[in-house]
Amino acid sequence: MNLVWSHAGPTVLAAFLASLVEFVEALTVVLAVGTVRGWRGALSGSGVAVLVLLALIAILGTALTRIPLDAIQLVVGALLLLFGLRWLRKAILRAAGVIPLQDETVAFAKQTDAMRKLGGGGGWDRVGFAAAFQITMLEGTEVVFIVIATGAGGSGLLWPASLGALAALLVVVVLGVALHRPLAAVPENTLKFAVGVLLSGFGCFWIGEGMGLTWPAADWSTLILSAGFLAVALLAVPLCRARAGRHLSPLRG
Amino acid sequence: MSWLKTISSEIFGLFVDDGSFALAILVWLALVWLVLPRLALPAAWGGIILFAGLALILLESAMRRARRG
Repeated sequence: MNLVWSHAGPTVLAAFLASLVEFVEALTVVLAVGTVRGWRGALSGSGVAVLVLLALIAILGTALTRIPLDAIQLVVGALLLLFGLRWLRKAILRAAGVIPLQDETVAFAKQTDAMRKLGGGGGWDRVGFAAAFQITMLEGTEVVFIVIATGAGGSGLLWPASLGALAALLVVVVLGVALHRPLAAVPENTLKFAVGVLLSGFGCFWIGEGMGLTWPAADWSTLILSAGFLAVALLAVPLCRARAGRHLSPLRG
Repeated sequence: MSWLKTISSEIFGLFVDDGSFALAILVWLALVWLVLPRLALPAAWGGIILFAGLALILLESAMRRARRG
């Protein structure tokens, strides 16, 4: 396999960081379900969802090999830009204090409360199974998109992207089992900031390739574009803070 | 099947939460794709123009949202 490391490195990193954010969010809910309703429903719900997602990856991965690369680059590039720039915009607004930061401890408390109110339990817990299945499918679908979007634009990049996502899953599962509580210490907004910058860089590069544009720095252009988006985002934080009339430190949380 | 509906709306929400922001990105991409080849600019300018437009859209949208508070 002829891997371009200037693409494979950022691909692994982008898939790892983006998947980490999604898995941390899923872990919070699965922990809440397991703690309140029991671990059988929580783990079997998540397990079935993971199997469905793996089937989805197998089907989509096979289908993608039959589509011309420039068509994939156009579609994936546009979706990556919508996804990456949306994350980056949200991270800018959170860093500027315009919208509140995501707090996994608060999310965990809300979820455990909601699970308790549902009542039932005993025997086969359908509520626990459904809640764990739904959150794993939701966050997992995002991870599948991230893997395909970061990996489909170039030859042989699906494996590095999958490895990045798998590494993130492993980190979150190990930490979840060891700590048995939500990973509130993970600096989620800083991660989203970094992921938004990387995905926007990738998206801009892939769609440019799909349009037939010439990049002056060839394969290294993804890194230059990401640096460009980072500069714009860092400039946007104080400007947004000034507009909103707030005085908070940049890149918190 | 309510979970399927939830997942569909979540997938849409992956790409769009501010409609005008998403629309501006798509319009800019269409402009670059359809208009740029007709302008006969030096090859290296295409990528720079694509990036500059996206950066401006990001900056303007974030600042507009911040102004709303």
